[in-house]
Amino acid sequence: MNFKKMFGLTAATMMSAAALTGCATAKTASNGGNKTSDNKFRIGLNLELSGAAGSYGQQEKKGAALAADEINKKGGVKIGGKTYKIKLYVSDNKSSTSTAASVAAQMVNSNKVVAQVGPAATAYATASIANLTKAGVPIVGPSATAAAFTQTKSGQTQKYAFRACFIDPYQGKKAAEFMYNTLKKRKVAIVADNSTDYGTGLTKSFSAEFKKLGGKVVTTQYFQAGDKDFNSTLTTVKNKKPDAIYLPGYYTEIGLVVKQAREMGISVPMVGGDGMGSPKLAKIAGKKNASNIYYTTHFSTKSKEPQVVKFMKAYKAKYGEEPATFTSLAYDSVNMVVEAAKKEGEVSSSAVQKGLESLKNFKGVTGNITMDSKHNPQKSVVVEEMEKGAVTKAYTVK
Amino acid sequence: MQTFLQQLINGLSLGSIYALLALGYMIVYGISKLLNFAHGDVYMLGAYWGYYTINYLHFGFFTALITAMIACGLAGVIIEAVAYRPLRNAPRVAALITAIGVSFFLENGMSYLCSSDTRNFPQVIKRKAFDLGGVTISNIQLIILVTTIILMFGLMWIINYTKVGRAMRSVSTDYDAASLMGININHAVSITFALGSALAGAAGVLIGLYYNSIDPLMGMTPGIKAFVAAVLGGIGSIPGAAVGGFLIGLLETGVTALGFSAFRDAAVYLVLIVILLVLPGGLFGKKQVEKV
Repeated sequence: MNFKKMFGLTAATMMSAAALTGCATAKTASNGGNKTSDNKFRIGLNLELSGAAGSYGQQEKKGAALAADEINKKGGVKIGGKTYKIKLYVSDNKSSTSTAASVAAQMVNSNKVVAQVGPAATAYATASIANLTKAGVPIVGPSATAAAFTQTKSGQTQKYAFRACFIDPYQGKKAAEFMYNTLKKRKVAIVADNSTDYGTGLTKSFSAEFKKLGGKVVTTQYFQAGDKDFNSTLTTVKNKKPDAIYLPGYYTEIGLVVKQAREMGISVPMVGGDGMGSPKLAKIAGKKNASNIYYTTHFSTKSKEPQVVKFMKAYKAKYGEEPATFTSLAYDSVNMVVEAAKKEGEVSSSAVQKGLESLKNFKGVTGNITMDSKHNPQKSVVVEEMEKGAVTKAYTVK
Repeated sequence: MQTFLQQLINGLSLGSIYALLALGYMIVYGISKLLNFAHGDVYMLGAYWGYYTINYLHFGFFTALITAMIACGLAGVIIEAVAYRPLRNAPRVAALITAIGVSFFLENGMSYLCSSDTRNFPQVIKRKAFDLGGVTISNIQLIILVTTIILMFGLMWIINYTKVGRAMRSVSTDYDAASLMGININHAVSITFALGSALAGAAGVLIGLYYNSIDPLMGMTPGIKAFVAAVLGGIGSIPGAAVGGFLIGLLETGVTALGFSAFRDAAVYLVLIVILLVLPGGLFGKKQVEKV
């Protein structure tokens, strides 16, 4: 065997390896998607069951499984005169973009799923879109909150990408409504994190909406992630005598803002986004200081909405614990896919895609969902109220 | 007027933390000509020491403060012996890069051991606010100010009036000559690191108590700002470092009070650039004549 031949052999091996890897992309180029001919409604769960985002994926798996169980226990779902049982295919994408993409392809090709639910994190959900679009299979990202998820790079709407959650800046708009209509506040100060898109996005949408409603933003102060001293900022805020303060940021800094504000004698209500909705907030701020605090969020266990109460009961019975935001969003995602097919009267990828696009007033546990032209749900937002470090009440902002 | 006084108090309590850190930076630089970038991380170690001893050993605040100073002093000596001493005669850049390496090691080591979560510092001293004609000052702010001033004078006393201090001063003036006079250089450098790190440790516990929030990366920004304070005050001058620290604190507060909160950090770094261009010796720095 001469050297040249050996080289050729190696090259051949490498090429076949490349071809094998190539199998991991979608085969169905027809854009037709998958269609069910038996009585199984196949949904793929492409989730982070391990790795950095593992805890989110685990929660979403529980929520999705509950949704499927509930439907199957009732004997299935009737679509177009035929009864279907939900069959979930669960795969771990290991919190990796490349695995998320190959899992998507495998689900489409081998499992013949009509739709995919997950991944939880925006980055992995986005990574799986290309393969699904190629195959014509829709995806519902339960918790992909970044605005870019449902858009192509050139700003057009991704035909097959949908989500169950609202996008981040949407919270700012709803917080403004809550502040103006429910708390009846007219003069608001903003103390915002300007080192993250989250903070600046919420600030922008909040101020725009609050001014539109007729309120006044008396001052907007900024801080950076990692800051610890807010005394001078808050002294300035105190001087402007606001009726309430809006705090778009994460609990690490907002906790300190709350603490220092309360110690300074600023007792007005403080409203923020889901970034401050963490038990750690009360720990950092101190229980006594964490009163008269509100934040917008996707889901609350304190909600008195009938569908939420029912969901919580079922969830507790199955898992022996309270549901969380991620579980409830995944639960809604599966139900949204089923609802979409039901509406179109066919269990196929194209029917689900069409159904999701025109989804209207879907009653989920995270709110009533109506899909807009950018595939972003327009839905009610939950506001949780915190008194002495504990969540005591939940409001729904329609 | 009230607002002005309130902001002055805010600025002074923030500034005293920078002053404590700047003092440590300064004496270490003075003696070893090394910018110890790990200084801010020693401050973080002090905060964690306070966190664990108060939570698990039920130390009181002052016991925690003093033991944190001792523990951080030891940490400083170990860092110097392991990382910087072997490089004493190496080019300065090598030592500088090592300092950055030590800083990363401490930050990531702590993230690995204690997780990178923000923790809430145990509130051992109950906060009381005093209202002086519309201006509030809390007992914790007073403790910080008073502790800083005591430690500052203590350091001055050690450097100016003790034998160890004299040894430190002579080593900082001229390594070789000091060594010829029979001064143990390793000894003097170790003590300097111990003192500087002890101050950082104290600052760590104070800041934990004040803000109630500590994390492994908490030393990064204050460390750099303390460096700016040391340069502003003039490397080599104790009152200079202290004044520099207070000035930086007041500057940050002032910038925020004027409504430019987004540019607070930028203002501090601008001062660094301006000082280096206009007054490289700092406000209190000695003019050094380079003999040719």
